[in-house]
Amino acid sequence: MNLQKLRSDFPGLHQDVHGKTLVYLDNAATMQKPRAVLDAMEKYFVEDCANVHRGVHLLSERATKSFEAVRGKIAKFIGSKDANEVVFTKGVTDAINLVAHSFGRKHLEKGQEIIISGMEHHSNIVPWQILAEEKGLTLKVVPVTDRGELDLEAYAKMIGPKTGLVSMVWVSNALGTVNPVKQIVDLAKAHDVPVMFDGAQALPHVPIDVEAIGCDFFAGSGHKCYGPTGAGFLWGKKKRLESMPPYQGGGDMIVSVTFEKSTYREPPARFEAGTPNIAGIIGLGAAIDYLGSIDLAAARAHEDDVTRYCAEQLSQTAGIKLVGTPTQRAGAVSFVMDDIHPHDIGTILDREGVAIRTGHHCAQPLMARMHVPATARASFGIYNTREEVDVLVGGLKKVRELMG
Amino acid sequence: MSSDLRDLYQELILDHQKRPRNYRKLEAPNRVMRGVNPLCGDSLELQLNVEDGVVKDIGFEGSGCAISKSSASMMTERIKGKPVAEALEIFGRFHHMLTEGAPSEADEEALGKLAVFAGVREYPARVKCATLAWQTLKAALESDAPLPDVGNVSTE
Repeated sequence: MNLQKLRSDFPGLHQDVHGKTLVYLDNAATMQKPRAVLDAMEKYFVEDCANVHRGVHLLSERATKSFEAVRGKIAKFIGSKDANEVVFTKGVTDAINLVAHSFGRKHLEKGQEIIISGMEHHSNIVPWQILAEEKGLTLKVVPVTDRGELDLEAYAKMIGPKTGLVSMVWVSNALGTVNPVKQIVDLAKAHDVPVMFDGAQALPHVPIDVEAIGCDFFAGSGHKCYGPTGAGFLWGKKKRLESMPPYQGGGDMIVSVTFEKSTYREPPARFEAGTPNIAGIIGLGAAIDYLGSIDLAAARAHEDDVTRYCAEQLSQTAGIKLVGTPTQRAGAVSFVMDDIHPHDIGTILDREGVAIRTGHHCAQPLMARMHVPATARASFGIYNTREEVDVLVGGLKKVRELMG
Repeated sequence: MSSDLRDLYQELILDHQKRPRNYRKLEAPNRVMRGVNPLCGDSLELQLNVEDGVVKDIGFEGSGCAISKSSASMMTERIKGKPVAEALEIFGRFHHMLTEGAPSEADEEALGKLAVFAGVREYPARVKCATLAWQTLKAALESDAPLPDVGNVSTE
């Protein structure tokens, strides 16, 4: 794989910050975008700027064609054969809220349980808490081990006749843990329980095959996979989506409206009220096309190598402790450093040109479980290099010097 | 090491981070307030004894970065024994220094050692670290909730 060529596809990487070469290691927050994504979005705004689904004119036809083509691209990328199983959303948070409001309100009943894990992002906790309070449901949390892995035995015991839904993260944003998704689904299927995956960090880092895994819902965010913000999707099995009432009401999701009664379109249109983020979805499609144009398996193998190298280097640096040491890791390495708070690490590294994330990573219960108030997290994309990890490690030595 | 980082992490700040003053619980506080920054998870609990309009004693505990911890430590030193009205006035000057611009001569005089935090203004992401303890103090001084109610204040 030609790494220099790949890096040249991403204009955002090539800049100085505070007089130092940018080392962008905050990919789990959002990724840099390849030129192809920016070009596709500009093309829409410049040449095809029209609303979708309703114009009889050429611009609207072209916009609609580009926009609708993205469903098929997403479906193919995640192993679904049916483009109509893809519902466009703002991102993963929006997709989880959609399932909570629509599937949850319709199909979950008082006394039932929703199983999540101890390593969820707040976006896969709070929507279920709101639903649980409204419907009289109980939230059950699968514990996390000291290594930052799911306690599968505890999960197996937790699941049973009262379980109404399992919703879990595929890859932890805070620790990088890759969960055993096939086992999670198989255990749920034994009890006929539907399973949803928060795929925010899985989409960019691991191959996804929703049909082989056998889950019912999968949520992805474009901007965490080299696309723009505000554009993501919910994939759902056709029979599940068909069983669900609308999430939001408005234009584009109806068959007919009178003041007495409105009727709704079939999925996915039923769940897409209002003018969508057309440019964003087209950009997301371009990101998937871009990943299809490179040797993605080789690029991901390279990314895994850099991620592993980072974990090794940090674990060998005096004073640094990794938070989470999962056997299956993707995309992120979380760590703490002696008594130096992650915020101070982040500020000092920033002045060295190194962008990382510090804080609780929207996973406060997980931080509590790992006995840390916050961590510093380096997270990777296909364009990062071992040399960049070396700059990070060098920067951490400067943190130590400065903070004494 | 770049000199501008030294403007932020001055020796005085690092000293208070390593040896925070008044880092303790009071025996019988009559004001207790918890402050959190939900964006980063920093939190502290402030305990005060306010009698006859004077901050007789003050202590804090919590977790946070060097900026938030040293700011809390230096704040307790600065306002211990001071009238409530003066503490609130210092709050105003401190807040102004971090959010509006360089302190005037009068501000500098009133702030004393606290002017060491002027460098934080150049780091917008860190301003709330420095002001968390002060926002908590303001809420505690303005609160009339009787104990054992513990108040909560948030930077957001």
